[in-house]
Order: sequence, then structure tokens, then C-alpha cells
Amino acid sequence: MTAVDQSRQTNNGGGHELRSGLAGVPLSLEPLTRKDFTSDQEVRWCPGCGDYAVLAAFQGFMPELGIKKENTVIVSGIGCSSRFPYYVDSYGMHSIHGRATAIATGVATAREDVGVFVITGDGDALSIGGNHLIHALRRNVNLTILLFNNRIYGLTKGQYSPTSEVGKITKSTPMGSLDNPFNPVSLALGAEATFVARTIDSDRKHLTEVLRAAAAHRGASFVEIYQNCPIFNDGAFDVIKDKETSADAIIPLRHGEPIIFGVDGRLGVVRDPNSGEFGVAEVAEVGVEALVVHDAHRPDPTYAFGLSRLTASGMLNQSPIGVFRDVAAPAYDDLSRAQVSTAAAQNSDDDALQALIAGNDTWNVS
Amino acid sequence: MKQVHTLDRVVIRFAGDSGDGMQLTGDRFTADSAVFGNDISTLPNFPAEIRAPAGTLPGVSSFQLHFANYDIMTPGDRPDVLVAMNPAALKANIADLPRGGVIIVDTADFTKRNLAKVGYDTNPLEDGSLTDYQLHSLDLTGMTVEAVKQFGLSRKDASRAKNMFALGLLSWLYHRPTEGTLNFLSRKFATKPDIRDANITAFKTGYAFGETTEVFAVTYEVAPAPMPAGQYRQISGNLALAYGLITGARKAGLPLFLGSYPITPASDVLHELSKHKRFGVTTFQAEDEIAGVGAALGASFAGHLGVTTTSGPGVALKAETIGLAVMTELPLLICDVQRAGPSTGMPTKTEQADLLQVMFGRNGESPVPVIAAQSPADCFDTAIEATRIAIKYRTPVILLSDGYIANGAEPWPVPDLSAIATIDPDFAVEPNGTDKAGKDVFYPYRRDAETLARPWAIPGTAGLQHRIGGIEKARDTGAVSYDPANHEEMVRTRQAKVDGIVRDIPDLVVDDPDGARVLVLGWGSTYGPITAAVRRVRKGGRAVAQTHLRHLNPFPANLGEILRSYDRVIVPEMNLGQLSMMLRAKYLVDVHSYSRVRGLPISLSELAHDLESEIDQLEGVRA
Repeated sequence: MTAVDQSRQTNNGGGHELRSGLAGVPLSLEPLTRKDFTSDQEVRWCPGCGDYAVLAAFQGFMPELGIKKENTVIVSGIGCSSRFPYYVDSYGMHSIHGRATAIATGVATAREDVGVFVITGDGDALSIGGNHLIHALRRNVNLTILLFNNRIYGLTKGQYSPTSEVGKITKSTPMGSLDNPFNPVSLALGAEATFVARTIDSDRKHLTEVLRAAAAHRGASFVEIYQNCPIFNDGAFDVIKDKETSADAIIPLRHGEPIIFGVDGRLGVVRDPNSGEFGVAEVAEVGVEALVVHDAHRPDPTYAFGLSRLTASGMLNQSPIGVFRDVAAPAYDDLSRAQVSTAAAQNSDDDALQALIAGNDTWNVS
Repeated sequence: MKQVHTLDRVVIRFAGDSGDGMQLTGDRFTADSAVFGNDISTLPNFPAEIRAPAGTLPGVSSFQLHFANYDIMTPGDRPDVLVAMNPAALKANIADLPRGGVIIVDTADFTKRNLAKVGYDTNPLEDGSLTDYQLHSLDLTGMTVEAVKQFGLSRKDASRAKNMFALGLLSWLYHRPTEGTLNFLSRKFATKPDIRDANITAFKTGYAFGETTEVFAVTYEVAPAPMPAGQYRQISGNLALAYGLITGARKAGLPLFLGSYPITPASDVLHELSKHKRFGVTTFQAEDEIAGVGAALGASFAGHLGVTTTSGPGVALKAETIGLAVMTELPLLICDVQRAGPSTGMPTKTEQADLLQVMFGRNGESPVPVIAAQSPADCFDTAIEATRIAIKYRTPVILLSDGYIANGAEPWPVPDLSAIATIDPDFAVEPNGTDKAGKDVFYPYRRDAETLARPWAIPGTAGLQHRIGGIEKARDTGAVSYDPANHEEMVRTRQAKVDGIVRDIPDLVVDDPDGARVLVLGWGSTYGPITAAVRRVRKGGRAVAQTHLRHLNPFPANLGEILRSYDRVIVPEMNLGQLSMMLRAKYLVDVHSYSRVRGLPISLSELAHDLESEIDQLEGVRA
């Protein structure tokens, strides 16, 4: 029995046969629990680090996938979050800075029967590993990529990162950082990633929902997780986490529903018919019918990219969360394996190899 | 009936514009000579520019072929025959042709403008400057266009068959068989009948022109070379490398995963492997060099044979990932087809200057086995041996080739694959120890007592879940460890594991028939020139010993003893003395470095001459 049984039926833009992200991965014969995904290693993040919450949600969610834990591989790069694989009792590699997506591409392409997760951070994935990330996304390799975005370099003790806001005062930028940050979701959509989502470390329910959708997606699933670093960037997400302010700051995206948020649903997302740009309006002023109805399955990424621009680029005071884009497209690793198996259907035995090596132009010396 | 002279060896150089098809012409003449039974050795020499401006010196592409009735070791220092398709080709190559050599020139491009383009004030075909050579000025282009008129091609397309006219003429001049080239043209242009027929006609017309013209009074025969009985083919180094990788993976029963990024002169290995997916080969053209080796390492972790192919600049980029493979102790092959450096250097020219880079170009104590191929065909055996070491010892292995043997070709007795020993990947399938409570557990860093290799447990193996990575490992458990004593133990163990590969390396054999005082020791692609130079020195009545290293890390066990048993050890290398430095450091022997870095193979006549001087000097010292 394999996880192909878990294929879901959802609307999709591409018209491709839908396979679950975990199709081909063997299912566990016995039900697993959180404990099964807990290794013997002591977890060593700073007290209050958001990584604890993500790890707990991940360990809690993995049993529900039903796949064998020995058929799970977690690859990480370098950074605080990249310690993650040590704490999960699966196969894992804590690799080198920025290269996790490249290494995971090799694992995923080599083995259809393995579910591959990538754990990375804003420095790891967007700075030193930016190239590998965008190429894994454009290829649509069947990986679930969890990017822990704390908007700071934690492990190297507090330099600004490629997601830090302009003017960030850090040890390496005492007069303020100068460069414009990446919006990770915009970047992923620019690379035409087929599944792009954002969630928050402290919202266990939402985090789990997003992980579930990401794992079910076949191809590259990119999940940005807002994660607080209590030591070097504490409070970076306070506005969207604080109960007082979060209602007006978080824009929840739910497929098929109007994008409405704010205290008592007073705000909504509208789209300018001329420019195509998105904005926030008072529902009382524009009416519910004027609000954008979220469609994560649009084949063209333009719409999702537009939505991603609603995230403030400076201090974070407003941001959409949820699944921006979820479209079906062929996965690179499936296509690669199909080429090999199609080719292998030709004569590929030892005699065929002997004939290949001899070639067409031989001569005999007697 | 024309006169036939018998020769024992000939060196021909075909030279033309980079669009003139000189590489193809050379390849075909080589194939026909190989099938005829001559020993062959080739040296393609082409510009990095795909199409440099037509008719200019930087645009000249050449192909040198040495064929003989005995076993030859090099493509020859200097050609006997130069085929020049334009003024630039003549100008760029004439200095290499000894006085009295044969020049066959296509006169069509010898216009005032083209002559001026390459700095000829007067036409060298007419001004008497070539009177010391046997000059044959022929309108090859004109004759070709006339011959293929019937196919209605444009003059431009028609004239492109001139290389086949030249090949036909040379085939006649040297009594080459023609079936191979005719079959090749039929296959290559099967879908373009006009082009096919024009090329075949040009080839046949060139051949017939030789027979009928009065220009050539003499033809030449070079008899087949005696070779051990068997089935032969000709093979280039990159092709042999690709076939060796496929065979190595098959012998190990593993799928092959190539992660690679295009780079001269290694790209042909990627191209070749991409054609052979039916043998369980996955090829991944990565976004960069780092991703190429990263994906290969990921595939190795997943239980494939991970391979990456590159050249020097790529090795530099891959260094950190190779270090990760050292730390995670996974099999991985890194094939470095060296080219002239530093930096971009001269991508199409050869060099051996990556030796120290692959030995030491990583952070920390990071030992990696290094082996080098000595000839085009040897790339096959070297690839299989690299695979064997990587799998047995769970280690990255660096295989060194270079542009000279990668593109050069030689005859090769086709190996019987069934005679090649299998390689056991020996995957871990069950726990290899017990914990304090007596429970069976898996220790990913518990080592084989003899090889010090750790178990290779691949995803999907129940109960053997484990985490590896670049952080220092605790012995046995592989858990993260910053313990000082553990680190020292692990550093020394990784080194001891690689050093211990010496048990699988045969002792070095010295060829020393005359009890010489001078030893010439080389590695890699200098094997051909060194062997040829040693033969010449011995022919001249001097004693000289020769040996050649395949294993550069670790060295064979008896190397120190050999070095100390000669009065003088001379180490020719296409670098500034990198192996010399390693030998001096390890064995405290004052070896003499013989160093050439011209982007070309070492000249055998120059080396022979210099060896003779060294020997004479030493003998003089004794007298």
C-alpha cells in the first residue's frame, strides 16, 4: 500500500492528472504517533524560539500523513532552523549553507518512494541559497520546503538578513541596512512555484492546515513561516501576532471565499480593474460584492503575485496568510524518472551494455 | 602506376577555420586508420570561440593525427603533413612543420583581403617563402563546388563539403579504407539527402582526383601495427570515462545519478551519459556547479551512485560539498577534466594544475582519494576503480583527467564486461549494535574494523533512520559532538580510512631494463609523451627507468622505496611542480621537477633531449 491512496481531488488549472505529493511513498502499517517522529536528541534552541512551535506542529502532523517514517527524508541547510532534522526520527541530512534544496533535489529525483522535506531559513534559502531555491521551484521538484523567516541571522548572532526591513540596525549595519528586502512569497511566485503559502509559527492550527496542503501538493511546495527570534529580532511579528492588532493585520486567504478580514470583518481586499493592483478597502464603503474572491488555482501566477504585494515591506503591519497558489503541473522528478524508465524498456541488459561499449566501428586483430 | 613508399609512421595536421569541419575530418581519418589497424593517437586543438571571425588566426581549428605500424604513445610533436584550408591555418601552423614537410593548401581563400587579414604582405604560395617545403596548391573549394553542382546547393553549402574532398584526397594518398567514412556520411545526413550526396560525392571526387592528377607522384603506405589479438575500437577519454561510469554503476548494481553543469572540456561526459538512460542513468543539468554536486550527494544518500563531472573552476565551487561528503562519508565521484588555469584560463587547452587543488582545496582536514587516468582508454578503468573505492570506503573520490586525453583518441581493446569484478554496495539492513538497555540500535558511524568504512543505510530501510550532516560527529552514534577528544579521534580516523586504501592499491612497478640511475616518474596524461621520450633515450643508448602513478592519494606503499633507489628522479608535469612538491613533502627526496605549462602536452623530443642532458650530466658527475 502506498500513499497514492491519498490522492485528493481538487480543482486545478492545468488539467494534469493529480497525484498526491506523497504518491508512491509506502504507508505505515501501524498508526504512528508524535513520539514516532521524535528522535533521541535534546532540542537545543533558545528559550521562546518559534522553532519549537514549528517542530511540535510538524511532529504532530506527520503521523496523519500515514507514511512510513523510514521513507521520510528531511534535508536542511545551515542556520538555527536547520538543526530541525536532528529532532525528527526519520532519515535526515543537516547539510551546508544554502544547498539543502539542491541536495534534496537529488534525493527526490533518485527516489519516488521517499517524502522529502526541506528546512531552511531566510538567510539560507534567500541569500546564499537563493539560486538553488528558485531553480527547485521553477523545476517543480516534489519537495515540501519550509522557510523559517525570522528576518535576521540568528546563528551568526544577529546580522540583518535578506528579509530584514530597510534601515535595520544590527551588528553589521550600525547605521542601518541599505538594501531592499525580499518578499519570499513574491520571489517564489516570480519563479512560478506551483504551491506557495504563508503561515505563522504561533498559529498551530493554521500552520498544520498549510503543512497538510503543502504535503498533498505534488511538485515544489513553498511555505514561508513567520518565526520569531526572541534573541536577535524579538517582536518582528508582534503586530500580526498581538491579539489587539492581529485582526486588522492578518489577511487570511481561503480558496473560493471573499478575502475579508479585520475587526468584525470590516476590511476586505479589492482589485483595481485598471491597474490590476490589489488594495485594502472598508467593506462598508465598497460592499462585499466588490471584494476579491480568492482563487488559488489560477494557472497564471500574476494574480497570486499581486496578492503577495499586500505584505508591507518595512515593519510588518499587514500580511496575507494561507495558500496563495496551488496549481497542478508535472513534477521534475516524476518526469526524470519517467525518461529513465521509458528508456530502460529498451534493451538494457548486460549484452546491450557490452554492445554499446563496443560501438559500431570495431575491427579485429587476430 | 604511381610509386608507393612504405612508412612506419606519419603525423598529419588538418587545419582550417573553426567552421571548416577540421575536427570531423580528423575524426574520420582517425577512425579509418584505426579500422585499418594502425596504432593512432590524436590531438584536437580548437579555439574557445565557437565561431571566431572567419579567416582570422584566433579562429583556426586543427586536428593532429599520428598513425603508425607500431605502438605509438603521442600524437607527435610536429606534423609531417599540413593540410591548410585558408591563409590563417597556414600562418598559424607553418612554424610547426619541419623543413621538407608536405603542405596541401586550399587556394580558394588566398585572396588579397584574406592574406592581409592574417598579416601576409605577399601570397606565401607564390612569393617563394615555402620553397623548402613540398607545397601542393590546389583549389579544393573550386573542385568541390564543381563536383557537387548536380545537387543544386548554394555555393556556400556546396563549398562546405570541401573538407570531405580533402579527406578523400588524403585517404587516397595514404591508402586508407573508405567504407567507414561513406557509411558515416550516410548515417549522419540520413535525413538530408542533398547534403549527404554532396559530401559523399566530394569525398569520392577527392579520392579520384588523387588517382588522376599528376600532382602527387608518390603515395604512402603505413602497415597495420602489431597488436594483441582481439576486438578493437577507437575511443576518446571523455567517452571512455562515460562508459566506465555506466559500467561501474552496473557492476555495483546501483542506478547512476549524474549532477553536472556544462563546462569545457568535461561537457561531453554529460552529453554522453544523457544518451544512456536505459542503463539506469539519471542526468541532472543543474543550475550551477554547486547544485550539480549537491544533487549527486543527495542521490548518494538515497542509495544511487552520485557522480559529478567538471573542470578546475567547477571543482573550486564544489569544494564545500566535497567536504560535506567527507564528513557524511558517502560514496561520491568527482571527475575533474582539467584545463589550463587559473581562473577561466584557457578552457580548450590542457594542464595538470588541479592536483594540489583536489588534494588540499577544502577547509579542515579533508582527505579525499585521488586517482588519475593516463590515456584516453584508461579513463574507462579509472572510472571503475574510482567507483570501487568510493563504495567500499564510503568516501568521495576525485578522478583526474585532462583536456588532452579527454578529446584525444586511441585504439582500445574492447573489454569483456563479464570479466570485470562486481562491486558490493553492502547496504546496511539491520541494527549493528545495542544500547545500554540492550536494545538493538543502529550506529551510523560504527566502522568496519578493516576498512574503517561506516555503514551505508539508505532511506526506506526500517529501523535505521539516522541523521548525518556537516557538523562533527560523535564516534559510533553520529550525533553532533564538540568533544575535543572525539574531534581528534574523528579527524585521525577519517585520515586513516583514506590512508588505508593503500591496501587495495598495487605496488608501483618500475620499467627499468638496463639498471638506470635516473628514474622518470609521471602521473596522468603525461604517460604518453614520457613513455615515448624514454624509448627515444634508450634507443640512443642511455639507460633510464620509468614509472607512472595512477594513485595520487594515497600513494602506492612502495613509492618511497622506489624514489630512494635512484640517483635522480625526474618528475615531468604540466604544472609548476605539484606532484614534486607532494613527493618532497612526504618522502624528503630531492626530486627534480620538469615543468611545462603551455596548454599543450609535453613535447616528447624536448623531454627526450632534456632527459639525455640530465643523464649525461649525472654520468659526468660520477666520472
